[in-house]
Amino acid sequence: MSILVDRNTKIIVQGLTGKTGGFHTEQALAYHGTQMVGGVHPTKGGQTWTGSNGESLPIYASVADARDATGADASVIYVPPAGAADAIIEAIEAEIPFITCITEGIPVMDMVKVKRRLEGSKSRLLGPNCPGVLTPDECKIGIMPGSIFKKGNVGIVSRSGTLTYEAVFQTTNEGLGQTTAVGIGGDPVKGTEFIDVLEMFLADPETHSIIMIGEIGGGAEEDAAQFLIDEAKKGRKKPMAGFIAGRTAPKGRTMGHAGAVVSGGKGDAESKIAAMEAAGITVSPSPARLGSTLVEVLKG
Amino acid sequence: MNIHEYQAKQVLKGFGAPVAEGVAVTAVDQVEAAARSLPGPLYVMKSQIHAGGRGKGKFKELGPDAKGGVRLAFSVEEAVSHAREMLGNTLVTAQTGDAGKQVNRLYIEDGADIDRELYCSLLVDREHGRIAFVVSTEGGMDIEAVAHDTPEKIQTIVIDPETGVTEADVARISAAFELTGAAAEDGKTLFPILYKAFVETDMAMLEVNPLIVMKDGHLRVLDAKVSFDGNALFRHADIKELRDETEEDAKEIEASEWDLAYVALDGNIGCMVNGAGLAMATMDIIKLYGKEPANFCDVGGGAGKDKVAAAFKIITADPAVQGILVNIFGGIMKCDVIAEGVVAAVKEVGLKVPLVVRLEGTNAELGKKILNESGLTIQAADDLDDAAQKIVAAVG
Repeated sequence: MSILVDRNTKIIVQGLTGKTGGFHTEQALAYHGTQMVGGVHPTKGGQTWTGSNGESLPIYASVADARDATGADASVIYVPPAGAADAIIEAIEAEIPFITCITEGIPVMDMVKVKRRLEGSKSRLLGPNCPGVLTPDECKIGIMPGSIFKKGNVGIVSRSGTLTYEAVFQTTNEGLGQTTAVGIGGDPVKGTEFIDVLEMFLADPETHSIIMIGEIGGGAEEDAAQFLIDEAKKGRKKPMAGFIAGRTAPKGRTMGHAGAVVSGGKGDAESKIAAMEAAGITVSPSPARLGSTLVEVLKG
Repeated sequence: MNIHEYQAKQVLKGFGAPVAEGVAVTAVDQVEAAARSLPGPLYVMKSQIHAGGRGKGKFKELGPDAKGGVRLAFSVEEAVSHAREMLGNTLVTAQTGDAGKQVNRLYIEDGADIDRELYCSLLVDREHGRIAFVVSTEGGMDIEAVAHDTPEKIQTIVIDPETGVTEADVARISAAFELTGAAAEDGKTLFPILYKAFVETDMAMLEVNPLIVMKDGHLRVLDAKVSFDGNALFRHADIKELRDETEEDAKEIEASEWDLAYVALDGNIGCMVNGAGLAMATMDIIKLYGKEPANFCDVGGGAGKDKVAAAFKIITADPAVQGILVNIFGGIMKCDVIAEGVVAAVKEVGLKVPLVVRLEGTNAELGKKILNESGLTIQAADDLDDAAQKIVAAVG
């Protein structure tokens, strides 16, 4: 099994006709036949998108039209920052169950509005400012490089895109492979948090162990650690390795990701590492040893 | 994006918040006219730099007993003599680092009779994904110290974006501040005003410390610190104009023109990385092997050859840099684009320090080939661990 997406997931693309959306849709189609079923563009409805390899997809005028015509249960958004929040809200209103927003640079205030719209809705949002989600050999939503994955039993969840790749690459090299890798994104206000994904990994019988990669800023890692402690008391526990990026980051400076900033005395790496270790996660001091650390943990 | 206190107060005044009258000056000969335009007889002289702790800060050029970066003047003449000591000198505070910051501007404000000092800030509460007021009766102090020593004295009131600040929210904020009479009445307009200013200008943080209750019972914004969401500046041309580049690192300004995420640091190993998390992790692993990074640099996912070359040139231009580590895990970013950018930059500006390159992911082999055939002296690394050890050894 896997979480969030599998070979049955049907995906529409908001922002298909742009350069980024088009490129990654081609990559997804080429990845074990991920079911990309259509695109959305307000003025290009009825037209057809054709990729460089000759594959084509129908374009619909709205998300609701695309959902009705294709039976899509997921949407991926590559719309530029100024229009991305509206694109997410359109997908929420069309009751798309799983929405992934790749776009980086959405104003926080727009995400505050989106987050409010998600309350009580029928949708889950992944991201924004995230690499997406990939279940090996089945489904790729977003921009992760498919070639480094291998089907296996490690669940990976991360705030950082490229560190997700490190964890995937290293677990592949260790021969472990992955059930699903989920990038939750580097923004301060987002749709899916560590806890949501950890809950799914704990519930997934195929996921035998978990790698969790956090970074400075906010308190999501601490919240996740408390969640894991509470679940462990109920007997739900899986071996985990972790990493926190930004030990050397100066206070008060935003480190690339809008959410990666130590401010008001909160969000520093050391307190996150301490919280994760208290929850039984073996935190690697080196980003180069995510895979080997997990192997050590599994040896017990 | 950070702005000065005097600019923050102008923004808040535009929304109707009560601030003192004040004038910003950049030269001593402007001080007398500025002071005479205010009611007096008490003037507050405030250094305008992008750092807190100004009151307790010390000027490098003055003796240890000289007054700090925020001073009271009881006459126009005293205001002028303070300005002589402050303008052009270097203020060192707890937040500036040892180098301090040159004071190029003073804000001269009408003095206020303070009864109580409160703390009020607005920020993005990540847990709820909403804007929250963080309030305390312990104003005028370092709020981090208050949070550490007496956390029960800080209250957080989260605002529903659908409703904005409701009467119930105002009542809770007012109660947390223990406001009565005129101050409580003022709060009914002030708290919604602060929220409106925050939302409509896309602030990232608004800190009023202190918010004061004056002897006449009214509220006033005595100090204001504002930063804006850089991702929202595209819809605020007026706010963008408030940027003061003299407050920023020259390398960071150049990087921002290329839309590079770059932060200057104190070490001597330059880094060029794709992805913010990996860029931080690269800094961390350099430190793990005993050295310090000279910078954080995320070239991003969609960078072309020119942007990569620009990033590389900014890093090599830093005189503190004694070695460079390029660490790329190609996803969207293609390794051959990185290689071409590095080669182009080196051809233009040369390379006087050791360079270690680690390429993995999309088009890694092609990238390695371009570097091998370039004739440059580059140490290739197999993985991140290897890369970090090689650059640390090369710098020695």
